[in-house]
Amino acid sequence: MNARIRKWQEKLGFGILIAATVFVILVLVVILYDIFSKGSGILSWEFITSKPRKGMTEGGIWPAIVGTFWVSLVTVVFAVPTGLFAAIYLNEYAAQNRLVRVIRIAIRNLSGVPSIVYGLFGFTLFIMILKIGLSVLAGGLTLGLLTLPWTITASEEALKTVPMSYREGALALGATKWQTIRTNVLPYAVPGMLTGTILGLARAAGETAPILFTGAAFFWPLLPSFPKVLTTQFMALPYHLFIMATQHHAIVKVRPIAYGTAAVLIGLILIMNAAAVYIRYRFRKKYKRL
Amino acid sequence: MPNPTNPIELVTRDFSFYYGNYQALTSISMDVERNRVTAFIGPSGCGKSTFLRSLNRMNDIIPGTRVEGKVLLGGVDIYNKDVDVVDLRRKVGMVFQKSNPFPKSIFDNVAYGLRIHGERNPSAVAQRVEESLRAAALWNEVKDRLDKSAMDLSGGQQQRLCIARALAVRPEIVLMDEPASALDPLATQKIEELIFELKKDYTIIIVTHNMQQAARVSDTTAFFYLGELVEFDETKRIFTNPKEKKTEDYITGRFG
Repeated sequence: MNARIRKWQEKLGFGILIAATVFVILVLVVILYDIFSKGSGILSWEFITSKPRKGMTEGGIWPAIVGTFWVSLVTVVFAVPTGLFAAIYLNEYAAQNRLVRVIRIAIRNLSGVPSIVYGLFGFTLFIMILKIGLSVLAGGLTLGLLTLPWTITASEEALKTVPMSYREGALALGATKWQTIRTNVLPYAVPGMLTGTILGLARAAGETAPILFTGAAFFWPLLPSFPKVLTTQFMALPYHLFIMATQHHAIVKVRPIAYGTAAVLIGLILIMNAAAVYIRYRFRKKYKRL
Repeated sequence: MPNPTNPIELVTRDFSFYYGNYQALTSISMDVERNRVTAFIGPSGCGKSTFLRSLNRMNDIIPGTRVEGKVLLGGVDIYNKDVDVVDLRRKVGMVFQKSNPFPKSIFDNVAYGLRIHGERNPSAVAQRVEESLRAAALWNEVKDRLDKSAMDLSGGQQQRLCIARALAVRPEIVLMDEPASALDPLATQKIEELIFELKKDYTIIIVTHNMQQAARVSDTTAFFYLGELVEFDETKRIFTNPKEKKTEDYITGRFG
């Protein structure tokens, strides 16, 4: 009797876990199916590589892809080194006192701040105060601020996974602290850092609110080359999607374009996430072997 | 104190150590002889490992620690502000309780210390790696797979690799913190034989939990209890005719 009850309890618990997992996967599947089924009609090489035409009711999304690329690049160049160095300082150098704990909590909390707040902050700081103008640079820096908490936290966690004995071993051989970190800590933390950074970047690439006030534009007829591109307003995939889905005058007519844009954006983010997983896998294998 | 037969390599005078407000070592004075094996014994928490780690300032990396007194190496106090801790640790090498090879190749593990000290000449590095692996009695077992991961070696081999890595930077003193405590009897025996060989070229200080090991490998033995150096003498005398009652009680297994 008792054994039977236990067996049922076991089955019930297991069932709840399975149900929760299936539910999560189902939501993802429904979203992906909805977007790709409605967007696949318009997806073509031409859609990806041509500019919008006829008041954005026809043509492709090439400028939005280019814009997202440049903005993401600025984000990476700003957020990755800054986040990495901050994490190294917090984890390896800073005394673990109350101030550092408060800083760490503040950073964690920043990752929960709504992106619209970053948008307004970026607008205030980069546009109003620093007057760098609505531009790729302002948008990228704002997205960089948004990703910083993720980069710092991921990098710090990655540094924490490197065993203390690697540091002690190197120090005992007469390595300086920086030599120890550079040669015997960072190489083993890189996969974790990269994974966290790419995931943060993927999130940034899909954000609309932070670029809304800092440089995203409705249309980008000329695609200037580097470095001029940094100082112009730009199109970006998430903003383009927002326009096509809610702001366009012929909203029903452009609906397929909105779905196509969503499909491309999701595709890009999936590729980035897959890259993160692959990098982690490669490094794990490498360090298992070596 | 034992009657020295060899020159004195390292001297400590009234050395005390604190973790915050907790005093872990009280006024330790000791002369360590060159080319001999000195063993530190005592029950857990007696301060023997803390003392060992004080001799190459590894405790510096623990926040909130403080020292009093002197540790003299070549007449210079290693806690003097002018002393370069990097240089000190090159002279005073360390082997840890849990073998800690880096996740690199066998070759790169041994070469690590050389490279961080600026040795760039590949043939010089290779030569020193071979010397060090030979000195650690590991060369014959690994010479055909130097480029393989050090993580694939057995526990005993890993510990001898760590010894080779410490020897590669040519220290004067090698500190060993229970180097065989995680090893099987056969691997332990190899380490002990190695220690016996190494004292020809190095001064060795070994912390051990195992009193038979102390009796087998060491020339002088220091018995620590509650952060104090209770007795320090020739190993033979400590184990046959200790002066202190506490020492006798410990080595005969009445507590510990």
